Amino acid sequence: MWGILRQKVGGATCLSPQGVGSHMLRLRPVTSALRNYSSAAKEMTVRDALNSALDEEMAADPNVFVMGEEVGEYQGAYKITKGLLDKYGPERVVDTPITEAGFAGIGVGSAYHGLRPVIEFMTFNFSMQAIDHIINSAAKSNYMSAGQINVPIVFRGPNGPAAGVGAQHSQCYAAWYGSVPGLKVLVPYSSEDARGLLKAAIRDPDPVVFLENELLYGESFPVSAEALDSSFCLPIGKAKIEREGKDITITAFSKMVGYALKAAEILKKEGISAEVINLRSIRPLDRATINVSVRKTNRLLTVEEGFPQHGVGAEICASVVEDSFGYLDAPVERIAGADVPTPYAANLERMAFPQIEDIVRAAKRACYRSGTMVATA
Amino acid sequence: MSLSGAKIIQPLCIRYPDMPVISDQAANCNTTSTPFLGSTRTLRRIQSVSAAQRRPASAIVAVADVVKEKKLKSNKNHLLTKEEGLEVYEDMILGRVFEDMCAQMYYRGKMFGFVHLYNGQEAVSSGFIKLLKKEDSVVSTYRDHVHALSKGVPARAVMSELFGKTTGCCRGQGGSMHMFSAEHNVLGGFAFIGEGIPVATGAAFTSKYKREVLKEADCDHVTLAFFGDGTANNGQFFECLNMAALWKLPIVFVVENNLWAIGMSHLRATSDPEIWKKGPAFGMPGVHVDGMDVLKVREVAQEAIGRARRGEGPTLVECETYRFRGHSLADPDELRDPAEKARYAARDPITALKKYLIESKLASEAELKAIEKKIDEVVEDAVEFANESPVPSRSQLLENVFADPKGFGIGPDGRYRCEDPKFTQGTAQV
Repeated sequence: MWGILRQKVGGATCLSPQGVGSHMLRLRPVTSALRNYSSAAKEMTVRDALNSALDEEMAADPNVFVMGEEVGEYQGAYKITKGLLDKYGPERVVDTPITEAGFAGIGVGSAYHGLRPVIEFMTFNFSMQAIDHIINSAAKSNYMSAGQINVPIVFRGPNGPAAGVGAQHSQCYAAWYGSVPGLKVLVPYSSEDARGLLKAAIRDPDPVVFLENELLYGESFPVSAEALDSSFCLPIGKAKIEREGKDITITAFSKMVGYALKAAEILKKEGISAEVINLRSIRPLDRATINVSVRKTNRLLTVEEGFPQHGVGAEICASVVEDSFGYLDAPVERIAGADVPTPYAANLERMAFPQIEDIVRAAKRACYRSGTMVATA
Repeated sequence: MSLSGAKIIQPLCIRYPDMPVISDQAANCNTTSTPFLGSTRTLRRIQSVSAAQRRPASAIVAVADVVKEKKLKSNKNHLLTKEEGLEVYEDMILGRVFEDMCAQMYYRGKMFGFVHLYNGQEAVSSGFIKLLKKEDSVVSTYRDHVHALSKGVPARAVMSELFGKTTGCCRGQGGSMHMFSAEHNVLGGFAFIGEGIPVATGAAFTSKYKREVLKEADCDHVTLAFFGDGTANNGQFFECLNMAALWKLPIVFVVENNLWAIGMSHLRATSDPEIWKKGPAFGMPGVHVDGMDVLKVREVAQEAIGRARRGEGPTLVECETYRFRGHSLADPDELRDPAEKARYAARDPITALKKYLIESKLASEAELKAIEKKIDEVVEDAVEFANESPVPSRSQLLENVFADPKGFGIGPDGRYRCEDPKFTQGTAQV
């Protein structure tokens, strides 16, 4: 809720960029006693946010269970499910053999009968082994059965590139899953996003693909008291304006939101006021918020880590061109990962994904252009 | 009747000459056997085989289950009661007449797309599904009309679904290959082979979860997964055999081995064609049964379902059966040897059951004829009903995509699209 308020009000103190592993600057005097009362005081890592969300949902509803590789005794490959095995037992935190197709399908089958599984993929790259179940037996079932059988399942795990993990472990699946009707696809950025969206996903009666990011797990974000409440949920399908601006709209999701916010700081020094939208939800895409923003700023820059062709940015661009063409003062700029399988070498990998400089450069390009033909980025 | 977990795995060419095999249907015991499996291999029983008789352990012996032994009584007349016999007969006739009617309707253009018919395999469906309770689940493949009918979905609903009408069991949105019924616990209807197996395993997992975690102490629901010989080579199948045995899930894996996957013979596709052997490799009993004989299938089914209900874990049952028609109505069926087809046609399960019922005086010709007439009327009525039913209205296109339709997102006016009363009347562009 506080997050939504921020969207409308956009108070200055709340919008300073989130620190990358460093605490953000505070404008209020720091005394430990006061920190507990201010709404932005408590910090939480994304990992803890996800863990607490899972914990609370499992406590509230005995139908919820977690299934995946290493979720139990190993406490989770990325420690997201830490402590859950001790609390809830091996029947509710199920370690599986290495059989993505098998256990994704088992999750779907149990969801057909009303249980609420949370299926963890160690990374979403492995979901390709199970993609038939995510799409054909989960996403399409409510439709094929004409509403008789809905599938309240959540598929979650880290998505997108990490650091130096190579081509087969670095793909972003937001665009793939985002194109399938019947699925909901969520992409949290901050801890509050992680908590609210995961809780909403578990409570949702439809299949949800929940794309996290490995590099964000360890990052701390401030969380409000509302976000810590056990009934806190964020609405699915509403994006969040992380930073208000008036010269250019930058849409981003997951880790790129942090980069976009940093880029916005740099742009501010150069006199460009950027509005940063945290998409939060790839499907359904919040076209309304994006279009309202573009009509205000007249320029759009989409940022994502996935492959450029048929990506999320392509969809946003098409949507804006369809709805707000007359409002655009410059062609839509699209920043995506390089059109190559991810290289291993550190310097090559750095070149293969958007960096803050790329966002700044593209934003400047969009702002200085005035209707002339676009040179390919 | 014994279901042994201790099947000894041997290379294909070696038979079991020393094993006493008891046949209960003398008539069907002609051993016109192909090199593979013998078309008429009867139900295996391993009665107390002494260690001396058993082949030495050059092969892998499966996880030892208690070898159940039941002395076979003189059972020629007591395999099932009259009511059961008539019920099974009616179910098989319904399956056959319905599928024949489907073929007719397809060629008249009322049905379209992919339609896969079940003629010849009725013994498997009736033999297994008629033993289930309403709360037990069935998961099938694209050849699912008869599974749905056996489980209790009304013929009218299935026929309308095939015609694509809004009164179908899935309102016309599923079609031939996607029969779902929440009421009768028919969980589909999957076009991809092997896709239904993990889903069935999940349904069985739910049953166990309900009993152990949610403490519904009497939840003993069993799930049956039906699939074919081609699927037995698919990765998902093995993954689920492993997990089902590992977690002792209440599921029965039923292989309808009709020897052909479209035009690919099972022998050309499989390194070891004896599918039942894959069960013991994972620690569950594997049984092979003559799938053209409904009584044998029923006996095996009783044991397997009973095992699952008691919590003893899964079973793999391979039913050797045959489909009299092509793979689908679009398949000209040219690759199969007419002699083979004739051989199996002679073992038509319906004729066999009819003969048995009459010979053991469980039913008279007149009663059976009455059943056939009744089923003819049921199917005719179903066709009429389907013909007269309306096609889905335009607004149905966007319905049922999500259980929570807010999943369609927010419209340009800032409200959820689904809150707009005219939402489903629009085009498909959302």
